[in-house]
Amino acid sequence: MSKSNFTRRGLLKTGAVAGAGLAVPTVFDGSVWAGSHSGYRNAPQGDTVTFGFNVPQSGPYADEGADELRAYKLAVEHLNGEGDGGCLSTFSSQALNGAGVLGKKVAYVTGDTQTKSDAARASAKSMIEKDGAIMITGGSSSGVAIAVQGLCQEAGVVFMAGLTHSNDTTGKDKKANGFRHFFNGYMSGAALAPVLKGAYGSDRRAYHLTADYTWGWTQQESIQAATEAVGWQTVNNVLTPLATTDFSSYIAPVLNSGADVLVLNHYGGNMVNSLTNAVQFGLRDKMVNGKQFEIVVPLYSELMAKGAGANIEGVYGSTNWSWTLQDAGTKAFVKSFGTKYGFPPSNAAQTVYAQTLLYADAAERAGTFNPCGIAEALEDFNFDGLGNGPTFYRGSDHQCFKDVLVMQGKTDPANEYDALEIVEVTPRAQVEYAVDHPMFAGGDLGSCNPGA
Amino acid sequence: MDAILLQVLNGLDKGSAYALIALGLTLIFGTLGVVNFAHGALFMIGAFCAVTLQKILNLSSITIDPTQTDFLGNPLKVKTPYVINWFGEVAGSAIINWSVPLAILVAIPVMLAVGYVMERGLIKHFYKRPHADQILVTFGLAIVLQEIIKANYGANPIPTPAPDAFHGSYDFGVMIGFEANAIIYPVWRLIYFCFSALVIGAVFAFLRFTTFGMVVRAGMADRETVGLLGINIDKRFTIMFGIAAAVAGLAGVMYTPINSPNYHMGMDFLVLSFVVVVVGGMGSLPGAVLAGFLLGVLESFASMNAVKGFFEAIYLPSIDQIVIYLVAIIVLLTRPRGLLGRKGVMEE
Repeated sequence: MSKSNFTRRGLLKTGAVAGAGLAVPTVFDGSVWAGSHSGYRNAPQGDTVTFGFNVPQSGPYADEGADELRAYKLAVEHLNGEGDGGCLSTFSSQALNGAGVLGKKVAYVTGDTQTKSDAARASAKSMIEKDGAIMITGGSSSGVAIAVQGLCQEAGVVFMAGLTHSNDTTGKDKKANGFRHFFNGYMSGAALAPVLKGAYGSDRRAYHLTADYTWGWTQQESIQAATEAVGWQTVNNVLTPLATTDFSSYIAPVLNSGADVLVLNHYGGNMVNSLTNAVQFGLRDKMVNGKQFEIVVPLYSELMAKGAGANIEGVYGSTNWSWTLQDAGTKAFVKSFGTKYGFPPSNAAQTVYAQTLLYADAAERAGTFNPCGIAEALEDFNFDGLGNGPTFYRGSDHQCFKDVLVMQGKTDPANEYDALEIVEVTPRAQVEYAVDHPMFAGGDLGSCNPGA
Repeated sequence: MDAILLQVLNGLDKGSAYALIALGLTLIFGTLGVVNFAHGALFMIGAFCAVTLQKILNLSSITIDPTQTDFLGNPLKVKTPYVINWFGEVAGSAIINWSVPLAILVAIPVMLAVGYVMERGLIKHFYKRPHADQILVTFGLAIVLQEIIKANYGANPIPTPAPDAFHGSYDFGVMIGFEANAIIYPVWRLIYFCFSALVIGAVFAFLRFTTFGMVVRAGMADRETVGLLGINIDKRFTIMFGIAAAVAGLAGVMYTPINSPNYHMGMDFLVLSFVVVVVGGMGSLPGAVLAGFLLGVLESFASMNAVKGFFEAIYLPSIDQIVIYLVAIIVLLTRPRGLLGRKGVMEE
């Protein structure tokens, strides 16, 4: 059963925005939306506006979800004028001043995704329908992000994605109501390949083990294309079930495959276990084709790096952000987070903090919480000061473009939060791609849905 | 050939864990007639005995180093484990390094106690209830136990490495006439296999050669008659529950260097272990061991690229994910009592 969400008023407003956009294509003028707190789903009527934080609070990514939730609470504090303000002072937009958003205090509700698509959709639905959430954000899995993004599009609320790295989130499954600040598989490949070539040479034979779901597939496709472009050959790509805990039977064939690099397209517990197993099998001590055998983990997470312990020493990977960066935005966020919680934030925490501020800022600039106004404010928006350097929210696919960090496991970490070090800050220009790039082909952004 | 031998080793290694868990599971079923869905949680608790000991050995005194700063720019707090303060750098570091083998000594009494409390405190009240009730209560208990662990240790895997002396791989191929580096296998996994064989042998010897074991076996065969002889069989069965818990716990302790433990690891093994018990024959101890190793080897072979390719060609994709269940179906269709199940056992 399908239900149209178009209304005469919504259509007129969308048309007005489109007209304004055509007339002034590069300058956003939020005055068209100003003061409109009706005509869209869950329009706030009192003195508060409710955000929905949908993160894994149980299941294998519960720790990552907990870190996201800490960052969300911090963002709400800063938006409401509490704490030290965090990145409000460093954010280039300067539309936010700690007095809430559009004069309304920010409240929040939380949901548990359990890192399961059906559970995540159910909790998002509940927050939208029962709690009146104006915006849904969060997650630690691409499968979940794509599922929730679809739901938000149908429901007519904005979805600010959390940690999702599959190309599909802003590729074939992109939606007009969905926005991603986090980087993606293509960007990881584009950033990593030149560094790998510099470190290991261009004459390498790679064997891929890939998690058998949307993120794994697009990550593998991306890193294979990027490494082949610098001269590497791909020996094999083996899909591993997501529920695998012991990877020994998948790693044993690598030993005599002729490969001299193992690429682990795994995340979370899969990554910890496959990397641990690979090191146990002595892969990193082997010489193959006259070269030292190497292991690559394209997507790193600080929390998972802790789980892998000493096994990540010297292993290359990539992240969206690191608390060790020295720009003003990073310093402000790390200081706020570290002072409140006693340890540095993960890159999952940083992306959701940035997403919350970006949403609030967009609402402030648009003068409305109407998803179509938010979308217009975020599309083709250039900003700085949130920790990732100059960043561009591309309007045609709602993907953020910014520098990407190539990381390496530290040999002698000072503490448990110091497992990774930045090897290179890959400039944004190197990881950009056309919106119709084959890896992102298919799907349709569609038009924004205000839900009423 | 070397690839096949590697997968045989892998299979025996996986089978070791399956066999140890299934052995305890079938021991409980054979003695008490209880379908214990909390058995995977006992494996997990054993693993967290190793994690806990590692944490205890790493408890540290804190000194302030004004010459260094932390990530917020405050003077750095330097942690030094108490064992290093007490025993010196060399001895203290060695004690921490050997935390997993040392955890065996901790896990045995802890797991015996956990098994005893679990049986006396909860499970004994369900002996006369239907199997469905037993499954529900033990499954519920398993969830409670894993949530307690998650609340205290978090959801992330916790690295618990083997002693440095057991790091790296052993060139198994050279020993049997292959060229160097053809068949190398992690040292700790070989130790795990030998340890499992030792524990399994010890359990069988205990049941076969001790008076206690003979009484237990007699009780498994005919509980009523043993009771009529004036023997308190319930007490012995309670002790067997503790022993089964200890076996699962030891399997968990020794597994920690293979895969970093997390709160969910018991559930990961539980279903497979039940399949092992059913394929081996309900209540059959040799059956559980045989099926454990058999299914471990088959699972490893099914992961080989050539095998996966062959089955994909005959429209059976992802054979590595279904092979164990496929074999279970075939075995149960051809031998409904399992590989070594006997007529009349658990069939009243």
